Amino acid sequence: MVINLFSWIKRLFKKKKAKIGIYGPPNSGKTTLANRIVRDWSGDAMGPVSHILHETRRARRREDITIETNGTTVTLDIIDTPGLATRIDFHEFMAYGLGEEEAKRRAREATEGVIEAVKWLDDLDGVILVMDSTEDPFTQVNVTVIGNMEARNLPLVIAANKIDMQKASPARIRGAFPQHPTVPISALEGVNIDQLYKEIAKRFG
Amino acid sequence: MSQNKNNSQTNVQLDLISEDKLAQMTPMEKIRLILDEVRSGKIIVLERGLTPGEEAKLIEMTMTEIVPDEFSGIEIESYPTKQNTSFLRKILGKTTTQTRLTVIGEANQLKTIKKDRDMISAIVTK
Repeated sequence: MVINLFSWIKRLFKKKKAKIGIYGPPNSGKTTLANRIVRDWSGDAMGPVSHILHETRRARRREDITIETNGTTVTLDIIDTPGLATRIDFHEFMAYGLGEEEAKRRAREATEGVIEAVKWLDDLDGVILVMDSTEDPFTQVNVTVIGNMEARNLPLVIAANKIDMQKASPARIRGAFPQHPTVPISALEGVNIDQLYKEIAKRFG
Repeated sequence: MSQNKNNSQTNVQLDLISEDKLAQMTPMEKIRLILDEVRSGKIIVLERGLTPGEEAKLIEMTMTEIVPDEFSGIEIESYPTKQNTSFLRKILGKTTTQTRLTVIGEANQLKTIKKDRDMISAIVTK
């Protein structure tokens, strides 16, 4: 097994606390997962969730979340980021019943949220990339986030979310990005979350 | 607009940009070129694509240019990057990212049908 000398030295002087961003496309379940993590380990919540796209339009940071699993303790700052997208069309919000003005306001805020999420990439120690298991994993958002983490040599855990849905195929995600650990979960139902905590402690600890 | 009327048919211009041309440009020059060309109705194919950092910057810049009913963003499709992880590079912790072919168009013009590790299937409308 090849020892990555650089990573080994980095681990030796590693920070006690890691800043971890929760990334993914809109409506993949980022805030649902952030809420579950924060609720499980601090009893609080992170932010509101909705079926409408781009519900989270400002990054939210929750400090000092300590996760203990399998004898490993890791303290994290969790940053729940707005959904990343390459297009935002206000007409899509109108399809959810929003009026034109409200839809345009939401679209403008969503664009600002995407910019904020991109800027956070420069200031993280690792990423939990939330993918919707019912969707095609080869989206540009997923490719860009993974590429940025790989280019920086930073750890990444893929949360293959929504496995409670009938169409879910976490195996498709694992097959698409075999170089990264993938944990099939349902953030909504709490399925397999303990496995995700083990992987978080292993990768970010 | 780059859509040329020719015998009552509307065509879409496709620009294929070589790796050599891209190598001579700064990240901001690449992003400006892409957004200007895409906004004028062209489909851009980059032989070697953008670095992950440039892709993130392109998404950021795209967001600043969105105008309701005028420009709703871009469709960008590239294959997942490859890591150059030779033994020596692993030892030194210096893996490099190999970027791959990338197709970019205006969101309303380029629609991806299917994409996997080695194939991008898309339709282009005028």
